[in-house]
Amino acid sequence: MQPSDMSAVDLVNAVRQGDLTALRATEAFLERIERLDGQINAFLAVDREGALRTAAAIDDKRKSGKPLGPLAGLPVAVKDALCTSDLPTTCASKMLAGFRPPYDAEVVARLRAADAVIVGKTNMDEFAMGGSNENSAFGPVHKPWALTRAPGGSSGGSAACVAADMAPVAIGSDTGGSIRQPAGLCGITGLKPTYGRVSRRGLVAFASSLDQIGPMARSAADCALLLETIAGHDPGDATSLDLPVPAYGTDLERPLEGVRIGRVPAHFGAGLDPEVAHAVEEAFAAFRAAGATVIDIDMPHADAGVATYYLVAPCEASSNLARYDGAHYGHRAEPGKGHRAEPGRLQPAQPVSGHRAEPGSGQGNASGGFESALVEMYCRSRAEGFGPEVKRRIMLGTYALSAGYYDAYYAKALKVRRLIRQDYLDAFEKVDLIGGPVSATAAFKLGEKSGDPLAMYLVDLYTVCTNLAGVGGISFPCGFTKGGLPIGFQLQAPALAEPLLLRATDRYQHLTDWHRRRPAIAARPR
Amino acid sequence: MTATPTAAAPFTTVIGLEVHVQLQTRTKLFCGCSTTFGAPPNTHVCPTCLGLPGSLPVMNRTAFELAVRAALALGCKIAPFTKWDRKNYFYPDLPKGYQISQFDLPFSSEGALEVVDPKGALSRNVRITRVHLEEDAGKSMHDEGAGTGDTRIDLNRAGTPLCEIVTEPDLRSPQEARAWLNELKLLLVYLGVSDCNMQEGSLRVDANVNLHIPCDGGRIAKTPIVEIKNMNSFRSVERALVYEVARQYEEWQATKAEMGKTPKQTRGWDDPAGVTRAQRHKEESSDYRYFPEPDLVPVTVSEEWLAATREAMGDPPSVLREKLAAKWKIPPYDADVLVNQGRELVAYFEDLAERVGEGKVASNWMQQDVLRTLNERGGSIDAFPVRPAALAELIGRVAKGDFDTSRAREIFAEVLASGRTVDDVVASMGIAAVDDDELITLCRELLAANPRVVADVKGGKEQAAAGLIGQAKKKNPNVNPGKVRAMCLDLIRQM
Repeated sequence: MQPSDMSAVDLVNAVRQGDLTALRATEAFLERIERLDGQINAFLAVDREGALRTAAAIDDKRKSGKPLGPLAGLPVAVKDALCTSDLPTTCASKMLAGFRPPYDAEVVARLRAADAVIVGKTNMDEFAMGGSNENSAFGPVHKPWALTRAPGGSSGGSAACVAADMAPVAIGSDTGGSIRQPAGLCGITGLKPTYGRVSRRGLVAFASSLDQIGPMARSAADCALLLETIAGHDPGDATSLDLPVPAYGTDLERPLEGVRIGRVPAHFGAGLDPEVAHAVEEAFAAFRAAGATVIDIDMPHADAGVATYYLVAPCEASSNLARYDGAHYGHRAEPGKGHRAEPGRLQPAQPVSGHRAEPGSGQGNASGGFESALVEMYCRSRAEGFGPEVKRRIMLGTYALSAGYYDAYYAKALKVRRLIRQDYLDAFEKVDLIGGPVSATAAFKLGEKSGDPLAMYLVDLYTVCTNLAGVGGISFPCGFTKGGLPIGFQLQAPALAEPLLLRATDRYQHLTDWHRRRPAIAARPR
Repeated sequence: MTATPTAAAPFTTVIGLEVHVQLQTRTKLFCGCSTTFGAPPNTHVCPTCLGLPGSLPVMNRTAFELAVRAALALGCKIAPFTKWDRKNYFYPDLPKGYQISQFDLPFSSEGALEVVDPKGALSRNVRITRVHLEEDAGKSMHDEGAGTGDTRIDLNRAGTPLCEIVTEPDLRSPQEARAWLNELKLLLVYLGVSDCNMQEGSLRVDANVNLHIPCDGGRIAKTPIVEIKNMNSFRSVERALVYEVARQYEEWQATKAEMGKTPKQTRGWDDPAGVTRAQRHKEESSDYRYFPEPDLVPVTVSEEWLAATREAMGDPPSVLREKLAAKWKIPPYDADVLVNQGRELVAYFEDLAERVGEGKVASNWMQQDVLRTLNERGGSIDAFPVRPAALAELIGRVAKGDFDTSRAREIFAEVLASGRTVDDVVASMGIAAVDDDELITLCRELLAANPRVVADVKGGKEQAAAGLIGQAKKKNPNVNPGKVRAMCLDLIRQM
């Protein structure tokens, strides 16, 4: 068996037992990246040398009898939203083109400590804003199942590279569905953990109260393996949960007898593609066959999810992205006219700071030149550095937080968010999991929705509430369209019920083989 | 002072202060970087205080404790639940593009700090509106000299914990504002909350001031509120306010402009010129788009923790003054002088008073000798070479009559200069107690040699005996002048 055909669990075991070297495993995936990624564009950076060096070091470690980490020799692709000290971290934005952070994200550090091999950084929607991966400053990702179609987003590169066997597992991040939706569209398994389960330190922030890093892989078992390494308390992230990490891989095989899965009839309304509806209903039938009971439930505020999300997320984003101003790092516009300040002397710009009454106000004429040059530099750097979707969301958020609008928009969105969270609490009194579609259609063509932001926002219909409620969700393939494109199924669970999400998915994946199907492009050349 | 309108000042001055105090923590508010002042630019920085992508804040619990200590001492209510907010604005010394501060739920509010003058001239309760915590920004320096227009940013200060203390407009004169600031500073230094060093920017003050002017018919006209910034010492706060009060009154007489009809003005204090100058103000009001900081969790404060914090706090200066006056039976003035010198000096005094057994005597020595010397020499009381034990011995020997106070001062000076012990100095100066036989012999010799004095005293001029004291000291420097005088008079009476 080729390393690229092995599950992550098998691959790690093979390396541990000496049946496969980390080097050989890494080479196999690097070879596929080289061969395929020209057509897919899943990677923004491939660290061939670094990956081979790490793999060789792991093999040496094994030979000398030293203990190996739990992910020893496992190639991992990391979304370019996570800081890596040895590779650029761009968030697929011109603003951060070539930016090299001085530190590793906590998740990256944990991967390295577990002896994983980071093969590269994956493409994404700019600053994780988008559902199609078309918002990358470095070109869209092409869906491995149909290259003219969108892989979903924002973790489209991570989903596509796993779908095309360019990496056995990948790290994604999910703010409103950015792991689950591309996983569904690319026919792989993706888990968005409970908010706080995985440290966000070093994840370039989009919307801090919603962002969560998670594993993307070909199966629930592989996701479990990866989650066990990346989950856990980080004192450097105040929102990270200080709770023990379960052994996610150990409870997967327990049957689903007694597990209650909620089905929301409203999910099957207008807008849901009939092929998707059919496959999702089939999946419910399979869960019943596996011993679970399916109970219809109501999520009364779910229809306000997208509106709420598109206030909360842009508001936080407008503030999170303020740091990209050209002053300290990242893209800075070339100085134009008016850049030079009037001659004077060295003087403190702001004698009293930290409570400036007038933002950007100078102290008279001498700094007036500086002020206008500064504002011009800010405006031009941000105009040049950000793409249109990022600008749109910054404007949305800035507007909604402005005096006079705050109560009508942001404050109200927080109230609705609490109602949505309550919906989940109420639902989980009756059921253990909530099932349903991940996205309304199985695929859309590149360019199909990119001109219509509202249509694109509705792509997130089934996924945003999970983030607003802070609970966990997983998506995995549950069928294919007649055209041969994967259809995704989503399960959501109460906070910290990742073991149940993984177990239910794993049980489903023992009954079905949808997750084993590979796109034609992934077939090995003769 | 102009607490009420008088002929000299036909208006009431209304002043409120906004004070920013840098907390005395080892590390910054949301990261582990050092807060030490004066390091080379941009050396005390990390991803968090540089605002790098992906970095996150983690609250410094010590900073929160210090801030709570300050708020408790100001009599504030401490919120059982407090959260952080982002204050959004763009400036190069604010690398995240927002400042983490507290907006609608500050950790404390509704306190007061009385300003007391022991002479009773100034005594007013100044209400505290709120006290909140926030992070400081960095420093921008515009290098406009070489015509390059460069601006240099030093982010060492970025993220330093600041406590913002806002008063109600309860102060009624520039002098009172200064006195209140002195009291606030003393309090914060006592509590170990801040070093309040204005030169290093550990304490910064903005003042809001306007005038309430009685008009015909009993109506009170209020002049537009002016916020004064850029004051680098308490003295400049007082000067700026004095200037501003006069300027506002003049302006009111000329324009009759009242509050609300013109926008609030910000004026900068130009210390060398001794004037305030209008700062450029924006047409639209600022909008910081405050919203809850999602990267931090709210802070909850338990009653037990508060009680423990209160316990560990120690007495604030106002309480200490009263305690000191009562315990050592010293006048309020003495207690005030001692307490105003800081906690270490009070400890020195109490040690001394305990040994001497008499508070007023110890207090006199503190004020006349120890403080004077400290002022001349500089340095802290903890490094003062004459320790309470030595000084107490000196004072004790004066009380015993071994030598007089002036002789004791000579010894004190010698101990200070040489660093030797009191005994050493006493021995080297040949100081020894003079017994009564010696004294009688000496006095008889003096009377024999000065028949004129004897005659004068007998004639009723007792003060003539004073002339003998100098001679007695020449013969034996250790004699006690009082004893010499008494003995001589006795002997003359027997003659």
